[in-house]
Amino acid sequence: MNELLLVLPPLIFALGGVVLLMVDLAIPRERKSLTAGMAAVVSAAAALCAILQWGLAGSGFQGMISVDGVALALDALVGVIGVMTIGLSLRYNALRGILRGEFFVLMLFSLSGMALIGHAANLLTIFLAIELLSIPLYVLSGIARPRLDSEESAMKYFLLGAFASGFLVFGMALVYGATGQLSLTGIARTLITSTSVPLLVVGAALMLVGLGFKVAAAPFHMWTPDVYQGAPTTVTAFMSTATKAAGFVALLRVFGVALGDLANVWQPAFAALSALTMMIGNLGALTQINLKRMLAYSSIAHAGYLLMGLAAGGVSGVRGVVFYLPAYAAASLAAFAAMTAAHNGEEDQSISAYAGLSRTRPGWALVMAVAMLSLLGIPPTAGFVGKYMLFQSAIDVGLVPLAVIGVLTSVVSGYYYLRVIVTMYFEAPPEGVAVTKGNRLSLHWVTGAIAAAASIVLGILPAPLINAVTAGVTSIR
Amino acid sequence: MQMLILLPILLPLAGMLINAAFGARLGHRTVGAIATTAVAAAFALSVYFFAQVAGAPDHAVSGNFGPWINVAELEVPYGFRIDALSATMMLIITGIGGLIHLYSIGYMKGDPRTQRFFVYLNLFVASMLTLVMADNFLLLFVGWELVGLCSYLLIGFWFSNIKNAEAGRKAFVVNRIGDVAFVLGVLLIFATFGALGFKEVFEKAEHLKPESAGVLTVITLLLFGGATGKSAQLPLYVWLPDAMAGPTPVSALIHAATMVTAGIYMLIRSHVLLEHAPVAMQVIALVGAVTAFMAGFVALTQWDIKKVLAYSTVSQLGFMVAGVGLGALVGAQFHLLTHAFFKALLFLAAGSVIHGMEHLTLTTGRHDSDPQDMRNMGGLRAKMPITTATFIIGGLALAGIPPLAGFWSKDEILAAAARTSPAVLVLLGVTAAFTAFYVGRQIYLVFFGAPRSEAASHAAETAPTMTVPLIVLAALAVLGGLLNLPAGFPAEGWLGHWLESVIGKEPHAPLDLALAGFFVVLAVAAIAFAVSLYRRFVKATQADPLERLGALHGLSFNKWHLDGLYRAVLIKPFYAGASFLARIFDQGGIDGLVNGVGALTRELSVTLRELQTGFVRSYGLITLLGAVAVVAYFLFTLFNGIRP
Amino acid sequence: MLETNYFVVLAGLLFAIGAVTALTRRNAIMMFMAIELMLNAANLALVAFARQWQQLDGQLFVFFVMTVAASEVAVGLALIVSIFKSRSSTDVDDLHSMKG
Repeated sequence: MNELLLVLPPLIFALGGVVLLMVDLAIPRERKSLTAGMAAVVSAAAALCAILQWGLAGSGFQGMISVDGVALALDALVGVIGVMTIGLSLRYNALRGILRGEFFVLMLFSLSGMALIGHAANLLTIFLAIELLSIPLYVLSGIARPRLDSEESAMKYFLLGAFASGFLVFGMALVYGATGQLSLTGIARTLITSTSVPLLVVGAALMLVGLGFKVAAAPFHMWTPDVYQGAPTTVTAFMSTATKAAGFVALLRVFGVALGDLANVWQPAFAALSALTMMIGNLGALTQINLKRMLAYSSIAHAGYLLMGLAAGGVSGVRGVVFYLPAYAAASLAAFAAMTAAHNGEEDQSISAYAGLSRTRPGWALVMAVAMLSLLGIPPTAGFVGKYMLFQSAIDVGLVPLAVIGVLTSVVSGYYYLRVIVTMYFEAPPEGVAVTKGNRLSLHWVTGAIAAAASIVLGILPAPLINAVTAGVTSIR
Repeated sequence: MQMLILLPILLPLAGMLINAAFGARLGHRTVGAIATTAVAAAFALSVYFFAQVAGAPDHAVSGNFGPWINVAELEVPYGFRIDALSATMMLIITGIGGLIHLYSIGYMKGDPRTQRFFVYLNLFVASMLTLVMADNFLLLFVGWELVGLCSYLLIGFWFSNIKNAEAGRKAFVVNRIGDVAFVLGVLLIFATFGALGFKEVFEKAEHLKPESAGVLTVITLLLFGGATGKSAQLPLYVWLPDAMAGPTPVSALIHAATMVTAGIYMLIRSHVLLEHAPVAMQVIALVGAVTAFMAGFVALTQWDIKKVLAYSTVSQLGFMVAGVGLGALVGAQFHLLTHAFFKALLFLAAGSVIHGMEHLTLTTGRHDSDPQDMRNMGGLRAKMPITTATFIIGGLALAGIPPLAGFWSKDEILAAAARTSPAVLVLLGVTAAFTAFYVGRQIYLVFFGAPRSEAASHAAETAPTMTVPLIVLAALAVLGGLLNLPAGFPAEGWLGHWLESVIGKEPHAPLDLALAGFFVVLAVAAIAFAVSLYRRFVKATQADPLERLGALHGLSFNKWHLDGLYRAVLIKPFYAGASFLARIFDQGGIDGLVNGVGALTRELSVTLRELQTGFVRSYGLITLLGAVAVVAYFLFTLFNGIRP
Repeated sequence: MLETNYFVVLAGLLFAIGAVTALTRRNAIMMFMAIELMLNAANLALVAFARQWQQLDGQLFVFFVMTVAASEVAVGLALIVSIFKSRSSTDVDDLHSMKG
């Protein structure tokens, strides 16, 4: 019983999902918002549980499971993202006819996988958690079938995701072969004495491929723009925030904890991937005319900034990553919230469709503008603080060229982020669009406003979160 | 307690947010009421903190909200600290600010952009409070820039008039020049002391080795450079007179009572640094005195009622700066206080006059004369009794007639000049005479004689929301002198004692009867002379009697030709050089480079996107190639001898 | 007893064959089968290593990989069927409406 406490948040997600799957059968088709509400409660309960457990540390289940500050932080973050995604889903999914029970059930399963990543202390648990995260997402991407873009998105995600899983599991096999260990601490212990180092580094490289795919690091990012664009926007919002967070924690576990002593081999590779990812993400976004696709490339670019923190390593680098994940999530959710709110009915993804939004929907225009500024990293937004921490950590360990690339690509990103603001505020709205005075107090609006407010609050008063994150990072085991 | 200290800033901020979010639906009166209430509540809190500061053992209340910036050695906390000086400034900002908010409700009536006006005004109050409550140079700078932004927005508030927009831009550009100096000063402070908190910096400055005194001089001069921008001193004062294009309450609040004194506040705050830089002190005193003289001279011949007050403000700021330079910090702060009272009063009364003059236009739709031109006024005394009485009180206070507030504070600075620097005394003395003259000229032209236009003869007194603040401010302008009476009077030197915890003990002199008497006689004579000259000014088209001075009148009327000089010496060569460079570089060089980089980036973007073919198998291939590259790289580092 | 290296080389070959096949086949089902081959290459390596280290951990891992592969099959086939319904094709090259 005591051991169960160590996996309580992922367990809440998983059990909630199983129970909801059955309860949902009794809920009539037109009342699926009830399922959504219950899923939100489960998600919130898991997040709350993680917060209440704050400070807990230990391991159990024969060393398969451990808990520390980062694990609980990830639980809380994905739980909150889950609640907010559900908040956005009610209106959006209803408009597109995909307000189905399984949507929320699948989300809970995926969330349980994400949360489990933080608690994983063994390569097997990490593999299981990653698959538990991914498989529901394959389905969620395609849940808007028979829409062709949704189906295409799901198919591409599934094929490439399975492909990447192959690399991951093969890499794990090789690392096991080289060390005879599957537990992360065991690997760390036997790393020095390993007799077959080539096997070990090839295994590490293949795991990097598999995990790099999940966080959309270049050159393993190719799936991202298409999948993000085709998936229902709420799923995209979920993927770009929660999955990225889970993926980075997995990288942190595998490379930071298990392969920490191999850092002089993998850290230069992380730096190179980070540089490549920042360049490709920002360049790809530069000339997009489709907002959702632009945000997908922007998500790639942010994976690059986050990789910089891992390349820098140490408490300051990891702390930067763990702070940037919620900062990015808030801005990204705000952007997707504004995107899904701006149009009734069929969503128009082109940036030009948002012309004059400041006049037709001033509230949402503001939310979107805050999101863009935070993604760009303008003070006083959370994005600025996060980027600052990441760049600083890179400079501290002498990765100055990497920080310079980060700054230069951020300058490039200014072009496309500010273009959205210019379009919203300085261009005339398309004809025949009704002007809304103020926003009706809806769940959707509250969700978007909270995300935007979080982007600002974390930028003005980052200290409490930074302190908590620092405490969490120093407790990694 | 910790959080409470933020409340004075948060209240106007809350007012701003409420008005920004819901103002459109609330109606103008409610918007004004919310904004005014927010500032009034902040005033109540300021009073509370004033009492707290008085009772606190170290005469300060502080709150620290964790690290804000935390780079290697630079640690800047979100720190606020209210000490005697801050508390005094807070009372001015929220007290006079509250009155001006109240006045604005009447003044902005009928303006479609009232909501925005109050949003900016509340933001200004919050920013200005941040400026005076900051406990470090960086946070002070944040407030400094925010008030600059509000000023820019409010000067150009009626931006549909191109002149207003241009005035806003001018203020913005000129202030940035000063800000560059200020930022350099702050950087140099950090380089020298390794800290930015007031407490640390001043403590370290006390123990600085004598050979590094040169650095302090440079720091002080750079900080003063910032002050010349914000507090409108030579050579950067040119923006302030133009800034009167903004709505009159803005002129009163920002460009007379509060924001423009930020430079003075900053200098007084940094007095520890000043005391160790005697050369810089002399420069400051001289710049202040020359500014006071030059601006006072310009004010003599202006016709626009607000222009006179604008130049008068520059001139009085010069007095305060000179006071700081002379080491009379209490005198400078005292004059800052009394000036805030009577100049805010004068501006608001002028606004009331302008409103009265527009009465005809508003009721009949006829529009025949400029409502701000004093030549069109005259005889308003009978039509607008409250405005007249309050304006005269403000004017006499400004002129330094006892027992009004201005007399006491001005006397303190003049006495300090008499003790230390004859040159400054002469400049300030002449300025005092100028001041009395233009006050007399203005009062007579506006309120006495016969009306010189139809608008003037049909003027009407303004609403109580406008006159009540006038009466309150007039009372302050009368009684303000009590704050720091010379030695020998009951309750002598209260302000000096109050500020002791911040700026140390300053010698407090008794009233120098000869000096004070001389200047009072001088002022009365100047007023009498002005009245006698303008008694004969009966028609709006008549020439100014001062034109008999010939070239001197031209120099004053054309503002020393400074705008023209700047245009000829700075702006024109700059443009010429710029267009020359533009021809050489831009078209082929820099422009080409910038465009080239832009085009290259776009080209890269397009090429990159062509790789994104949409075919899942090509994505897989790139993933595979990436995997091969990563594996190859890992093995490469391994065989290069890098081992775990 | 055969040396572990033989198994590892065989597993590597299988993995490479799987990866290349996955990229050369246009039929979604064939692609998916090739990916299954990659997973099974990993399984082979795991079993071989488990034998080398005289442990059960590796073999245990294999069971989980097989289970996960089965659930991937379930989802994958469902997706392929769904797409076949709307497009009457399982050719993955037909799916390229989103690009750039």
